[in-house]
Amino acid sequence: MTEVARKPQEEVKTSEEFLLKLDHVTMQFGGLIAVNDFDNGVKKYELLGLIGPNGAGKTTVFNVVTGIYYPTKGRVIFDGIDITPLKPHQITHLGIARTFQNIKLFYDLTVLDNVLVAQHHELSNPDADRILKKHGKPPKNTKKFWFWRAVSKLGYIKKEKEMVERAKELIERVGLSHVMYEKASALPYGEQRKLEIARALATKPKLLLLDEPAAGMNPKESEDLMEFIKRLKNEFKVTIFLIEHDMKVVMGICERIIVMDYGKIIAEGTPEEIQSNPRVIEAYLGKEWKNV
Amino acid sequence: MVEKRLKTSTKVWLTIIFIIFMGFLLWIADRTFDDYKLRVLRLIAIYGIMAVSLNLINGITGVFSLGHAGFILIGAYTASLLTLTPEQKAMSFLFGIQPWIEKLHTDFFTATIAGGAMAAFFAFLIGWPVLKLYGDYLAIASLGFAEVVRIWANNAMTITNGPLGLKAIPEYSNTWWVYGWLLFTVAFISSLVYSSYGRALKAIREDEIAARAMGINVFKHQLLAFVVGAFFAGVSGSLYAHWLTTIDPRLTTMGPMLTFYILIMIVLGGLGSITGSLIGAAIFAILFEWLRNLEQPFTFFGIHVPGIPGMRILVVSVIFILVMIFWQRGIMGREELTWENLYRWFSKLKREGEKS
Ligand SMILES: Nc1ncnc2c1ncn2[C@@H]1O[C@H](COP(=O)(O)OP(=O)(O)O)[C@@H](O)[C@H]1O
Ligand SMILES: [Mg+2]
Repeated sequence: MTEVARKPQEEVKTSEEFLLKLDHVTMQFGGLIAVNDFDNGVKKYELLGLIGPNGAGKTTVFNVVTGIYYPTKGRVIFDGIDITPLKPHQITHLGIARTFQNIKLFYDLTVLDNVLVAQHHELSNPDADRILKKHGKPPKNTKKFWFWRAVSKLGYIKKEKEMVERAKELIERVGLSHVMYEKASALPYGEQRKLEIARALATKPKLLLLDEPAAGMNPKESEDLMEFIKRLKNEFKVTIFLIEHDMKVVMGICERIIVMDYGKIIAEGTPEEIQSNPRVIEAYLGKEWKNV
Repeated sequence: MVEKRLKTSTKVWLTIIFIIFMGFLLWIADRTFDDYKLRVLRLIAIYGIMAVSLNLINGITGVFSLGHAGFILIGAYTASLLTLTPEQKAMSFLFGIQPWIEKLHTDFFTATIAGGAMAAFFAFLIGWPVLKLYGDYLAIASLGFAEVVRIWANNAMTITNGPLGLKAIPEYSNTWWVYGWLLFTVAFISSLVYSSYGRALKAIREDEIAARAMGINVFKHQLLAFVVGAFFAGVSGSLYAHWLTTIDPRLTTMGPMLTFYILIMIVLGGLGSITGSLIGAAIFAILFEWLRNLEQPFTFFGIHVPGIPGMRILVVSVIFILVMIFWQRGIMGREELTWENLYRWFSKLKREGEKS
């Protein structure tokens, strides 16, 4: 999984300002508080890790950010826009893309079509473009009537060609060109994970949310994948927020790590700080060691 | 799917030649077929439009609608009320007719467009709340809608003439009209399906949550497919009415039975395949006509069987159940009969021929 490195990449520097900020976010399901007063964020060009044992509330944080759930309390601010009330497709249009803990591909479509689907929002989301314009940001699409263009093919063929070219280039960059025309369902597990990341990148995100991308992989495979993710960050100049329940996997690549347990943030800091934090050892590593 | 091997211009030429060739065949058929065969030939095209449009909703987008007959009925009544002359309408409506409907009179083409537009409008009205609120419950809601429309047509005496129906509708649905509309329907829907919008619709079918996460406004696209499908259902309704020449709101003509027949066509052809829908429609039309023989008295291996009315419906239902159990992919699966696929198929045959 190292095809990305074609030219040496310069490291993209992390800035101090937040790209995504969760402002005292609480998510409650009936009596269960899945996320409890989450007040933290992701800095621009950061590679941030979110770790914690199963059921800690990590995936729920992603679901709140991407608009699948509306938080019980608090707000989510992305790139200066309050995205709390927005719908998932609008949030993606604004620049947040994600992968899923259990891979969710369009299995009956080819690898190329999977990636192409992720570009569709650029021509079909005028509602999200209005939100961008309202906040003084450039819209992603300025032309109208794409549906009629697509059906009549008038003023569409060039666009389609551009989209296909862009998709093919992306597939090449992530090293999947040998399966370009295969159905997603025919891919081995590791390549499906990669395709899911490629598909998310095709939406041209500013922030990429990866939910346990190394789940189900052996140590060698996860190490390769982490290396791959680090390269993506530099090559696509994207901010990455990464969930992982196995702490060892992310220690090597994350600049900063947030630890959750029972819905609460219990620690935050550099990998070294996290490793030596007594609360983390007790609440998280302690459990694992007891199990061993 | 593998990389494309035929140039786009080649495919365009092949398609043009194919259409001209089919036009020529239709011209010959139109001149040589007897009346009965011609009616079946036209019915194939009408069923084709019904199947391709339902396939867009059910097979491509994965929204399970059972309301197609409702849209067909709306299209049929709208168009027929427009092509019947004011005198005809005044004569046949025993309980009087709304004066504004009586006066309206247009040519067949305008009437057909109006039928489609009316159906699309109703699809928009019911699709909006149902898709927004219930999503998956569209199957039940759309079936309910179709029944409500049918029962309304049975009671709105001054608009639809109630159970008496509309009679003496001019038989405008000749070979050229029905096949012209079929060509337009297939061109429109294929063009839609093989564009960025079509990919979005298929993505919704494959995984709604992932589609949303990829920036697709799922509700908007489902509604779009539903409305486009309903438009062509309305068009087919107009053609059907001007093929039948008499329409009424009975269960069998434009009720749930018709939706059921169209479902058989698209499942048989392969849910999600446009060419499959066309093949399914042709097979169904011919088989269903041929099974009329069962309803006449006949002798089978020396045993005399009396004619049983409704027998063919039973036989078709059994065939449908067998297809559902043993052959869910149908004839085409989700594949299409394209130049690309034909080319690949022939080169494979050729290679195998050379090997042996
Ligand atoms: N839609 C939901 N309804 C009810 N409970 C939920 C829902 N989603 C998540 N939960 C609960 O919230 C808790 C946190 O889940 P999750 O965020 O998936 O944990 P993690 O990703 O850290 O393993 C779990 O107890 C889970 O059962
Ligand atoms: Mg999780």
